[in-house]
Amino acid sequence: MTQTILSAKDLAVTFDVRPQGAWPWTKALKLHAVGGVSFDLAAGECLGVVGESGSGKSTLARAIVGTVPISGGEVLFEGKDLAAMDPTARRVHRKDVQMIFQDPLAALNPRMPVGDIIAEPLVTHYPNTPRKEVKQRVAELMDRVGLLPNLINRYPHEFSGGQCQRIGIARALILRPKLLICDEPVSALDVSVQAQVVNLLAELRRDMGLSMIFIAHDLSVVKHISDRIVVMYLGQLMETAGARKLCTVPEHPYTQALISSVPIPDPVLEAARHRPILEGELPSPLRPPSGCVFRTRCPKAQPSCAEKRPEVQNLGDGHLVACPFHAPAEVLAPV
Amino acid sequence: MSLLEIENLSVTFQTGDGPVNAVNGVSLGIDKGETLAIVGESGSGKSQTAFAAMGLLAQNGKATGQVRYDGRNLLELPQKALNKIRSQEIAMIFQDPMTSLNPYMRISDQMAEVLMLHKGMSKRDAVSEAAKMLDAVRIPDAKARVTMYPHEFSGGMRQRIMIAMALLCKPRLLIADEPTTALDVTVQAQIMQLLGEIRYEFGTAIILITHDLGIVAGFCDRTLVMYGGQIMEEGATRDVFAAPSHPYTLGLLKAVPRLDRDDSELATIAGEPPDMSKLPKGCPFSQRCEFVLDKCPSVRPALETFGDDRRRACHVPVPEVTP
Repeated sequence: MTQTILSAKDLAVTFDVRPQGAWPWTKALKLHAVGGVSFDLAAGECLGVVGESGSGKSTLARAIVGTVPISGGEVLFEGKDLAAMDPTARRVHRKDVQMIFQDPLAALNPRMPVGDIIAEPLVTHYPNTPRKEVKQRVAELMDRVGLLPNLINRYPHEFSGGQCQRIGIARALILRPKLLICDEPVSALDVSVQAQVVNLLAELRRDMGLSMIFIAHDLSVVKHISDRIVVMYLGQLMETAGARKLCTVPEHPYTQALISSVPIPDPVLEAARHRPILEGELPSPLRPPSGCVFRTRCPKAQPSCAEKRPEVQNLGDGHLVACPFHAPAEVLAPV
Repeated sequence: MSLLEIENLSVTFQTGDGPVNAVNGVSLGIDKGETLAIVGESGSGKSQTAFAAMGLLAQNGKATGQVRYDGRNLLELPQKALNKIRSQEIAMIFQDPMTSLNPYMRISDQMAEVLMLHKGMSKRDAVSEAAKMLDAVRIPDAKARVTMYPHEFSGGMRQRIMIAMALLCKPRLLIADEPTTALDVTVQAQIMQLLGEIRYEFGTAIILITHDLGIVAGFCDRTLVMYGGQIMEEGATRDVFAAPSHPYTLGLLKAVPRLDRDDSELATIAGEPPDMSKLPKGCPFSQRCEFVLDKCPSVRPALETFGDDRRRACHVPVPEVTP
């Protein structure tokens, strides 16, 4: 067993929400963005997180980086509790965990030249680095992510979306982090450029021994890059399994529905596919259904599902399912 | 005979940096009840082709060529006659349903307006017809919800409302511009199923503009691939996917990760999408093409018919692209 770099235990993030026009003394509503999620990430592993919008996947990422407060459970990074860290320890933690974002242009300061953007984390955390070394490191990284070194003095608006994402990746890697969190890194990019960035991330991960958390709504991309996938729905974990296993024989009704909604670019296969389409939409996270949060849309829902939250069952080999009525189904196979 | 026929359509925008040719000589046709996909990446001119055909170009845009519908050229039609066609014959739905609906108006008012204006209905009849249409697009409890405002609906529901509104006058052609891009996959599947049912029930022809090859595979009879404002290839969806005849289509199909396959590495198309104000004289894809010939950057390949009712614009012979 390899070493665990990050582990979340019953992690919860809750936001206070005041309804518009409410009296000042009304109690704020609790929005459970992430409600009790547990997982382990081994060193060098890539964990994919999928879910629809509002499933809490981005909040999960932010809680791990430490930009939103954790309201329950704990996150252990190399055995150290994130919530218990003092500001100095936090600072060290930040060096080891870096993040890249969805909108590549919005994530870059428009008034800074690219060289400064990439160097900023290094200069902030190690202010005494000689300028020559900073420059050399920036050049090295630009070369590594496929940017020409003569672009160093250009500004973000002069780059295309794919190039901006490469700049974001270079900035995240300059501190040689142990864990890279990618929040929808390719969903704003065109198909042909998306493939380039996905390949680059896979290559960097292999060469630098990075651990990665890859968040996206596109299951095909997540499956391609991840070793293991976590499926989330309304802030809760539905199923976790090896990427291949999860996509071929999913156990949870939600995973099955999710996979059968993903279109496959093959007209012959599409025509032969049996597609049970999920009814309705994600319920409001302010008033989640009682018991199992998925029961309002679940084809297998029973009256007992409303009573209590289903326990996470371990099917062995790291395959976890939060549904008492789980059953394997080959959803991709044509009928 | 084709329902709508576009011939040699070009769109030029006058910008501060000089003219930008968004669409260059596009010709296409769609038959009654047919579904045609226009596939391309951002900046390929797929949306502008539709906007130009509907007379919806931005102020600084100018369209030349012909867009024939019922023997008339839509590009030369006076505003009033065009409005009539746009409401009753051709309808359009857009990517972002929130910005396409008026946030200040109740759904009932927005929908009734269409019917009162074009069909001369009374308000009462129009509202009840609107409710019926919302029911047809599977909005639960349509009668009660028709008086709600757009913000009270979710993204998927709003897109259903847009579709209902587009169908009010029973158009013969529906142009859907990235109708599911802003939606989650499960909701996307619902909307695509709905569009399929509508096509079956009303016999509406649909032009689907999208970048998602997966949706195209499951929905469209024919596929047209655009790049740099030009048509790269066209044919029956099955043929194009099974044996792409253009290097760009080939590259695109290989670059998409597929859920049903385990590829160790994705094939990529090198380089970046072209700058539309500085297109090469020849083939717009020549800078990124792996089959590129000497003449490609300077001589623009003509769109030629071949095989089973297919068209392609490429200098490289078919057998080299499709082994």
